[in-house]
Amino acid sequence: MKAPIISVTDVRKSYGRGANRFDALRGVTLEIFEGESVAIVGKSGSGKSTLMHVLALLDQPTSGSIELEGVDTTTLRGRALNRTRNKTFGFVFQQFFLTAGSSVLDNVVLPMKIAGVGRAERKRRGMAALSQLELADKARNKAVDLSGGQKQRSVIARALVNDPRIIFADEPTGNLDTSTGGVVEDILFELNREKGITLIIVTHDEDLAARCDRRIQIRDGLIIDDEAVAA
Amino acid sequence: MRTTDLIASAVSSTFRSKTRTILTILAIFVGAFTLTITNGLGTGINRYIDDTVTSIGAEDVMTVTKTADATNGIADTGPAEYNPDSIASGQPGPPGASVIALTPDDIDTLGGIDGVLAVDPTKSVSADYIEYADGTRYVLSIGSLIPGQTVQLAAGAEPDGDSPELQVVLPVSYIEPLGFDGDDEAVGKTVTIAVTDAERTQHLVEATIVGVAEPTLAGASSVIPNAALTDALFSAQNTGVPTDEQQRYASASVTFADGATDEAVTGLKDRLADAGYTGTTVADQLGSFKTVIDAIVLVLNAFAVIALLAASFGIVNTLFMSVQERTREIGLMKAMGMGSGRVFSLFSLEAVFIGFLGSAIGAGIAILAGTALSAALSGALLANLPGLTLIAFDPLSIVWIIVLVMGIAFVAGTLPAARAARADPVESLRYE
Ligand SMILES: Nc1ncnc2c1ncn2[C@@H]1O[C@H](COP(=O)(O)OP(=O)(O)O)[C@@H](O)[C@H]1O
Ligand SMILES: [Mg+2]
Repeated sequence: MKAPIISVTDVRKSYGRGANRFDALRGVTLEIFEGESVAIVGKSGSGKSTLMHVLALLDQPTSGSIELEGVDTTTLRGRALNRTRNKTFGFVFQQFFLTAGSSVLDNVVLPMKIAGVGRAERKRRGMAALSQLELADKARNKAVDLSGGQKQRSVIARALVNDPRIIFADEPTGNLDTSTGGVVEDILFELNREKGITLIIVTHDEDLAARCDRRIQIRDGLIIDDEAVAA
Repeated sequence: MRTTDLIASAVSSTFRSKTRTILTILAIFVGAFTLTITNGLGTGINRYIDDTVTSIGAEDVMTVTKTADATNGIADTGPAEYNPDSIASGQPGPPGASVIALTPDDIDTLGGIDGVLAVDPTKSVSADYIEYADGTRYVLSIGSLIPGQTVQLAAGAEPDGDSPELQVVLPVSYIEPLGFDGDDEAVGKTVTIAVTDAERTQHLVEATIVGVAEPTLAGASSVIPNAALTDALFSAQNTGVPTDEQQRYASASVTFADGATDEAVTGLKDRLADAGYTGTTVADQLGSFKTVIDAIVLVLNAFAVIALLAASFGIVNTLFMSVQERTREIGLMKAMGMGSGRVFSLFSLEAVFIGFLGSAIGAGIAILAGTALSAALSGALLANLPGLTLIAFDPLSIVWIIVLVMGIAFVAGTLPAARAARADPVESLRYE
């Protein structure tokens, strides 16, 4: 069996102190393997997003440990942490988070800009990612002028432009109608199959969860069900 | 993120909210414009003073007067006691000021002081009128030329100090009234100058015009004689005065070593003071003049800086709004691995760029406006001060102003930039 790409042991996350203390995660242990597609499902407020933020090293757990490719992530700090996030992760959010006034291409190349990739290289790889998502003709358009589906495809182009190992998607189809959502899902699973990118998808949508290799159900900050989905 | 990309991003986000940016830039513009104009005023006036230094006096000469206890007619504690040696001062000073005259003994004493190379008593002459070929008579004041001093000539030559011929240089303003067709026409002609002696007898002295002088700060209407003419006028004026009382001078010009250091000049002044005299160099006279101008410019600059400080609150506000609006974007960039330092730089650069735009536009328009204003004024209000560019610009101080404003903008931007740098990506990216 392959070594896990992410290994989580007894992670807890609480907000606030004293009487206001709220435990969003109450001891989560799980392993995610390279190339897997994992759905994290649960009711609103159950702690899905919190778990995703902790997995993506955006937030530090209150206790417990997270290993990324066998490396304890508490040893990653500052520049090294930023580099790891930039190189390893791609993000897809329900709310897109595109800069409205900038061009689609500028939005897509942002991770490379942060990584310090040169202008020509950025443009080349940005256009390649856009072509892959059939958005090459929209490269010069302002992000605000795109339809919802086009926006989410731009976001996926941005997520994969740096060749990440893992794509985190928080409700990626939440803002899209069923057919557009379906197209976006197809793209994500194609990336998973063909490039071996690990997918970690937070969702409400049982149909989407059913397309993943694995379905992890969370309730009140605890994993209540973790099973391989019968394809 | 590469620095060039950082700068490009800062510049482009500056233009994202145009109205707000333009208003902020306008506020900075006002401050930078004012600062540039007030600075230009200082530069212009001081440069003019420097240019006219040689016409005010030579560098190796100081004016020496006898130190009096109360030189001012209005003493602090009542009227000053009469002093028979006191004469009206030829030096600038408050009305009623008089000085104690220098006698030939004083001149000898001065000549004996260590460091004094030559002593020339200043013979002050007050003439009645000047006339050419029985034309209209005009009043005049007789100036004097210290050795080494120059006049700015419109025509002809400087008066020859060694020539026995009676020579005079007239200001441009006298040429046409006296009946000459032009500056060049006047050179070589003979004019008559009248002086009255102590017994109310008028004496006429004839002198040849050798040059025509541009009016300067030093004297817009002084007629400048050579040494021979000064002597002739002085003795005509003193006709009938007992010989021992004739030689009374308000001041004397003391020549010292050319290129003397400041310490040497101070030493000489101290020795003069010990002997009971006061020495004033041209640098002293100009120095106090420049100090006044610098002080005025400093006050004006202070107002401009206050305007800039007010504008810097505009920068703080603009950037806080920008940070507020871009919380999501900042969070996303941080999630994607942008360090806090770079986020700080991004917003600081935005502030600095706004400062740069405001100051560059402000300075640029100030240069245009100042140049146009000086040109307009020198033709009208300041026509009597040729060579004066009221508002002059020195590239180095323009650069300093822009750098200063960018510095102020940077400081103003640190607060919003620090807030952006502290933003927690998880907080910024949360929704539902
Ligand atoms: N910064 C915070 N302070 C206090 N409580 C928080 C904070 N962030 C999240 N929570 C709480 O943690 C719980 C889990 O949130 P989240 O992970 O966003 O749930 P979801 O499963 O809907 O994504 C929620 O009840 C939420 O109110
Ligand atoms: Mg959520």
